[in-house]
Amino acid sequence: MALLNITSPHAHNKNHTAWVMQQVLLATIPGVAALTYFFGAGTLINIIWCVTTALICEWIMLKWRGKPVAFYLKDYSAIVTAVLLAIALPPYCPWWVSLIGIMFAIMIAKHLYGGLGYNPFNPAMVAYVILLISLPVQMTQWAAPLGADGASWIGFKAAFLNNFGFAPIIDAHTMATVLDVMKQNDSLTNNQLFEEYSQFGHFGGLGWEWVNLGFLMGGLYLLSRKIFTWHTPISMLAALALVSLIGYNAGGSDSGGSPFFHLFSGATMLGAFFIATDPVSSAVSRKGRIAFGACIGVLVYIIRVYGNYPDAVAFSVLLMNFAAPFIDHYTQPRTYGYNK
Amino acid sequence: MSALKKMRKTYKLRGGIHPPENKTQSLQSPIDVLPVMGEIVLPLGMHIGAPAEAIVEVGQTVLKGEMIAKPKGFVSTAIHASTSGTVKAIEHRPIIHASGMTAPCIVIEPDGKDQWTTLTPILNYRQSEKNDLLEHINNSGIAGMGGAGFPSRVKLATDKTIEQLIINGTECEPYITADDILMQERAAEIVEGIEILQHLVNPQETLIGVEDNKPEAINALQAATQGKNIEVVVFPTKYPSGGEKQLIQILTGKEVKSGGLPADVGVVCQNIGSTYAIFRAVKHGEPLISRITTLTGEALTTKKNVEVRLGTSVQQLLDFAGFHASRANRVIAGGPMMGFSIPSLDAPVVKTTNCLLAPESNELPLPPEAQPCIRCGMCSEACPVSLLPQQLYWFAQAKDQEGLKKHHLMDCIECGACSYVCPSNIPLVQYYRASKADIRQTAEDQKKADYAKTRYEARLARIEKEEAEKEAKKQARLKKAAAATTAKEKSEVKAAVERTKAAPAEATDDPVAAAIARAKAKADASPLDKAKDNVASLEKRLKKAQAKLDAAKANNDENLAAFESSLTKLQDKLTTAKAELEKLQGEAPKATPEINTDDPVAAAIARAQASRADGESLSPEDKLNKDIESLTKRIKATETKVAAAKENGDEKAEILESSLTKMQDKLTTAQNELAKLQPAKEAPQAAPAVDENDPVAAAIARAQAKRSGDEALSPEDKLKKDIDGLNKRINATQEKVATAKENGDDKAEILESSLNKMQDKLKAAEAELAKLQPATEKTEDAAATQSHDPNDPVAAAIARAQAKREQSSDLSPEEKREKDIAHLEKRIKLTEEKLSEAKDAGDDKAEILESSLEKLKTKLADLAAAED
Repeated sequence: MALLNITSPHAHNKNHTAWVMQQVLLATIPGVAALTYFFGAGTLINIIWCVTTALICEWIMLKWRGKPVAFYLKDYSAIVTAVLLAIALPPYCPWWVSLIGIMFAIMIAKHLYGGLGYNPFNPAMVAYVILLISLPVQMTQWAAPLGADGASWIGFKAAFLNNFGFAPIIDAHTMATVLDVMKQNDSLTNNQLFEEYSQFGHFGGLGWEWVNLGFLMGGLYLLSRKIFTWHTPISMLAALALVSLIGYNAGGSDSGGSPFFHLFSGATMLGAFFIATDPVSSAVSRKGRIAFGACIGVLVYIIRVYGNYPDAVAFSVLLMNFAAPFIDHYTQPRTYGYNK
Repeated sequence: MSALKKMRKTYKLRGGIHPPENKTQSLQSPIDVLPVMGEIVLPLGMHIGAPAEAIVEVGQTVLKGEMIAKPKGFVSTAIHASTSGTVKAIEHRPIIHASGMTAPCIVIEPDGKDQWTTLTPILNYRQSEKNDLLEHINNSGIAGMGGAGFPSRVKLATDKTIEQLIINGTECEPYITADDILMQERAAEIVEGIEILQHLVNPQETLIGVEDNKPEAINALQAATQGKNIEVVVFPTKYPSGGEKQLIQILTGKEVKSGGLPADVGVVCQNIGSTYAIFRAVKHGEPLISRITTLTGEALTTKKNVEVRLGTSVQQLLDFAGFHASRANRVIAGGPMMGFSIPSLDAPVVKTTNCLLAPESNELPLPPEAQPCIRCGMCSEACPVSLLPQQLYWFAQAKDQEGLKKHHLMDCIECGACSYVCPSNIPLVQYYRASKADIRQTAEDQKKADYAKTRYEARLARIEKEEAEKEAKKQARLKKAAAATTAKEKSEVKAAVERTKAAPAEATDDPVAAAIARAKAKADASPLDKAKDNVASLEKRLKKAQAKLDAAKANNDENLAAFESSLTKLQDKLTTAKAELEKLQGEAPKATPEINTDDPVAAAIARAQASRADGESLSPEDKLNKDIESLTKRIKATETKVAAAKENGDEKAEILESSLTKMQDKLTTAQNELAKLQPAKEAPQAAPAVDENDPVAAAIARAQAKRSGDEALSPEDKLKKDIDGLNKRINATQEKVATAKENGDDKAEILESSLNKMQDKLKAAEAELAKLQPATEKTEDAAATQSHDPNDPVAAAIARAQAKREQSSDLSPEEKREKDIAHLEKRIKLTEEKLSEAKDAGDDKAEILESSLEKLKTKLADLAAAED
């Protein structure tokens, strides 16, 4: 018997990076299901396409960088990035839009910054913002949710043919999202908006309420598995709710929208539980993560109400990624044995 | 009843983990007390602190419980033979240590009798002195048995007020049950041990902290503590609650300051095993020679707790437990979280070996390859001391010691919780241990560097201080001198005033006489008199200073330089004072008639004064002479300075030397100029003398010329003086060279070169003199005749001239040559003497002397040839 000389600890729990990533993927299921239900199969087509291209990009980059390919591919991180980007993209954007996005995310935002663990920005959000700025037409064409005027469910085949340019869905109904409508509105009260526009649902956007609920469920599952702590998502949601409450103004025509509207519209829940919690690019300490999350929440509201783009989550997260090292510097926890 | 007792509030431990406990396997059977199992190896350093010092010799017979090594220092404890037998060896053996190193051990060959030595229990410990009891405990070899091995005496010897005595029955490490089973089986003894501890530290309350996964131990302790001032505190199981600082936090909410001791917050902590050992030591007099060790792990057939003699080899214990070597990939001393793998199974069980864990490969699998840190923060959630392990990891990789320290790496307790939870399998603790070692090493290096720096700075400060003291002394001397002068001046003024006062008192009867006296007093106190006084006093002081300097030189005083500089200053002052005096005297109208014409020097002075009084400045010669004089003085002073500087190895020596060279150059220039001037001067003077038909007229003219303002010294005299001076200086320099050579001093060469220069100068001067002398000899003769009529220089000159005329005009060439030859012979003789001296002394200058001797001889030969 060879006596191995290994330092402590000798025991290890079952957690592995791959397991963590798998949990995240698992947690996206309710949200993706809601997206598919309301907006058709486009999201699923996007996910499949993005994951495939992401793995290829990852493989190329690992080869180039002389890293063990199998070892790194098995960590699922590229897949998580791909799935998150695919969820964020409009379901019926052309294939090359997603491809550009994935290449940016994996090759530039991830590997050119040093690969997993070294990227200062959330790769999926970098890609999303690049696409949004470069290709505003493709990136703002969201399908009308099922139940809105003239909308119909789009199946796999139609979605595939559309996304890959074989047979565009001529009658594909694109519609301004509720966030757009809310931003452009300066005459109707909130209640009137909900009555007049069919894409408004019960308290958020039609369908979006359910998508957000789905991601909230997934997020709560991840919390229960201790994949991340509550600090970032809860502080972000709380901050967003607080500032939107301040700007609610009883739902008048100059209202920014109710807290419920903001929490359950757009990418709020996805951002809170799947984007802002990306550990690599966020703050590290508990205090730091509270600050990090709260700032994202405030920024989301400001950008949604006052900014040019309604896609506030991506911008807010990226802006706060910048600030993470700064936050870390000022939020070092009090170590045992130091003054309280 | 106890159930009704209000539950003590416990505090939550931050972070922590819940690894599989794996404790039941070894709790199936009671403690198995093992017999001696062969050779006993007892390391001298089984505890933290200084290793014990062996007090037995090889071959010596020892009894069980006999002290074989005594504590060395305060943080150290004794070691005892764990069975009777013979000391086989005292040598390096493998021990249980992460480094896999060997350490000095006492090896005992058991005699099989296992015979106790005479035991000295302290039955009535309450009556004994605290210090005696502590000494007894330390001499019984009790050290912390939870893992660290800190000598118990050190902890118990606190004189601080102890609020809580905490007995650590936590045993939070997975697998280990040694304390658990001890509490279950020997609770009463433990409680007695606690009472001894209570007597020692006198706590306000006593708590036994036990995790809630040990219900049987809790029951046993609660039964044993009935009616005693001891509380069993149960709290939720969580790793690492058993860390001393963590347990203190859980039971009291207090935090031990970073770098502090539990006693600082009024807490003393003792392990269950140590408490039991203290009971055995005090009540039975038995030193620490055995301990409870858990044998566990799937590679062992029998998993149980054994009471094993210290020094038993791990191999024997494992064999006893049915060790399947093929199934195990390592043997761990301690638990899976903080234990370390044993590099050699020959290592013995020591005081801190609470567990031997032989896991199967799949039980504690090898760690997989580490993945990149994704900063998930699970580590910081698990950290019981609120560190940011993921940040520390970055700093550790970057070897950023400042960042590591700022993030409190040194407060890491190495519990391993972060590594345990890390999804990327990064061996974080390993990084921290390495970084800690680096930081300690750096601190150690820094300490050394600081020490060197402090020493260097102290040296600089010392030198500076010495220099400042020298300067202060110098200043004080100057002040004193100044004060003395002022006092003198004051006293003179006073005297003058008194005189003035006294004068009228004396001559009140005669106003005329009084007026005369007043005028006289006034005249006495005239600036001229003052200047004279000043010169006189300065001369006195100069003399004194010179004497001091000489004394200092003789004593090789370190203040030599100071003396010299003050001497130079005094000389300067004197020069100034003399100049002033001269000026005053020149101004004094009656000075002129006072010229003593009998004295040619005085006459010359008078002449000079007269010329100055006429509004003329000093004649060029006078100036040059003055310059030369002052230059010579300065050169002398600088030379001594150079010598002093050289002696002290001072850097300014070179600067001084260069200035010396410059001055010498100046001197040479001045001398040359003077030489140029003198013939020119002499020419007009000589012009009448050229008229050889009338020597009388010539002599008269010469004398008149002299009187008309020439200098007193004839060129020969000057040259002679110069030669004398040079000779003196050469001698002095030679002496210096000799001493320098003796001392192996570097400046010897410099001195030699200056010596050479001086000798060259001397030769030049001598040559010049030789040239002049034929011309002057007659002047001398004339001077000799002058004595006939000293009252009238003109008459004297006439007389001289007449005498000369009588003597015919010149010395014959033969006469001159003879004189020269005589002179040369004299010099050759002198040089030869010097040369032999130098040769005797093995001096380098011998060569120079030889060369000059040779030159002299050639000259002599030339002269002799000319004679023929």
